[in-house]
Amino acid sequence: MSTAGDTGTAAALAPSAPHDAPAEAAAVPAPGGVSRTMRILVPVVMLALVVIAWWGIVIAYQIPRYILPSPADVAVAMVTDWPILGRSLLNTLWTTFAALALALSGGVALAILMAQSKWIELALYPYAVILQVTPIVAIAPLILIYAPSTEFALLLCAWIVAFFPVLSNTTAGLKSVDHNLLDLFQLYGASRWRTLWYLQIPAALPFFLAGLKIAGGLALIAAVVAEFAAGSAGAGSGLAFRLLESQYRLNIPRLFAALILLSLTGVVIFAMTSLVSHLLLRRWHESALPRDR
Amino acid sequence: MRQGGGRAAALASSPSAAGETPADGSGGAPIVRLAGVNKRFANGVTALAGLDLTVRQGEFLSLLGPSGCGKSTALRIIAGLADPSSGTVEWSRDTGGGVPGAHDIGFVFQEPTLMPWATVFANVWLPLRLKGVSRHSARDDVMGALALVGLDRFADAYPRELSGGMKMRVSIARALVTRPRILLMDEPFAALDEITRQRLNDDLLSIKVRLGTTVVFVTHSVFESAYLSTRIVVMAARPGRLLETIDVTAPLPRGQDFRMSALYHEACEETSRALQAAIVTAGDSHL
Repeated sequence: MSTAGDTGTAAALAPSAPHDAPAEAAAVPAPGGVSRTMRILVPVVMLALVVIAWWGIVIAYQIPRYILPSPADVAVAMVTDWPILGRSLLNTLWTTFAALALALSGGVALAILMAQSKWIELALYPYAVILQVTPIVAIAPLILIYAPSTEFALLLCAWIVAFFPVLSNTTAGLKSVDHNLLDLFQLYGASRWRTLWYLQIPAALPFFLAGLKIAGGLALIAAVVAEFAAGSAGAGSGLAFRLLESQYRLNIPRLFAALILLSLTGVVIFAMTSLVSHLLLRRWHESALPRDR
Repeated sequence: MRQGGGRAAALASSPSAAGETPADGSGGAPIVRLAGVNKRFANGVTALAGLDLTVRQGEFLSLLGPSGCGKSTALRIIAGLADPSSGTVEWSRDTGGGVPGAHDIGFVFQEPTLMPWATVFANVWLPLRLKGVSRHSARDDVMGALALVGLDRFADAYPRELSGGMKMRVSIARALVTRPRILLMDEPFAALDEITRQRLNDDLLSIKVRLGTTVVFVTHSVFESAYLSTRIVVMAARPGRLLETIDVTAPLPRGQDFRMSALYHEACEETSRALQAAIVTAGDSHL
């Protein structure tokens, strides 16, 4: 075997590449020439500036707190109303994550089912699309009438919105398998189950994870929209109800506090889905690899 | 053995001997025989018309021809990845009757066709894994196949970390891990640079000799086919058919000496002429 040249050059590269990559990412400036500290520092400073400007404006123009509360008012509301807000947050979180979990399992299961048979796809896909394109706010009143409980109705609304990106992305992923690899599996007499497990599911993973990122955000949005639609029927439930309630009572500091909690929830969901995606793809997928220039 | 023009007397041993002399590697007992194979695609294109082809034990057979001559289709039919529209594919009895087991065939595609999410080891393990062999039990075979292509130190690397030539080596290791009787290769080195390609040619020949594998090799390169093959089948397009068969009798493995030899140059000349005839026959002006 005269592989010396071919493997020799790569010998210098390959064994070290996988191990050094994370360390390099930390030490070496990112593509834009911005170090890691700055990437955290700049947004934090920006946030501080916005809060200071907000506070300054409230004081300078003597804006009453029922129109625009100062950051301090919001902080106080957050602490004193925490027993109410915290319980609402838990309710909204429960709806969001339950809907997301159902969307993931339902979307993936349906995608796998549709990948198995053209007939099943023909029969089901149009209805998945119809469910997706009909605005959820329009369906919500009906769901509230038919659903056995308000929680169930909220869950159903959030699920309807969140499951489609999972379904459509996973379907696309399952279909975009390298045809030569499919031939190879056929050549070695692989069963349908093994082809699915060893080939189609790993190939669909990046697509599924892109769907997960969208679905995570949508699940929260849908949970809030459903709570709005439920209105008084959802009395005492989630953060969206607290928003409405605070608005009616002109308790604007609490409204801001509830809004901040919703934003933070969204950010945490996004960070979690991005982390899961990164951890699953970092060894092999282009989207998760740093580019050398 | 030879059909078509009969001028390369120096190349082929006497026609009758060529088929029955395993000593020079040009062929022993038939492994698989294609008889009257036609292939028509759903869009009406006739890929193959009446192809008769016998692959013999121990030979290195190249299928050479312009695009559209059906050489890849013939390979896929041998592999069982495509069915002939009519005609028969007959496997010799000692492969276990009509249909060959998955272990009897190795296939190398034009692209490396590796799973990007799996390490080099897991990629080569795949054929055994699909037969239910555990990672532990497959270990020796997988490492053996990787050693054969000189990549045993890269078992834990991911495909993206390898060069094009190395990926193709992994692909070859995967095809060989089941120790197939017949290795089918569909223009495997077409996308590689000339230097890498030559090195892979040499390595492929030495592996072939070491394992005694029969190889069917699809290529569009005259020089590659003349260097590697014990027998070259030149095919013409529209419809795809066998035009001429050329035997190259120099023993395997071959090296730099063969590349400089008169025999090699004659083989190239003969093959070029046959290929030219194939192009002219097809009457194809848009090549």
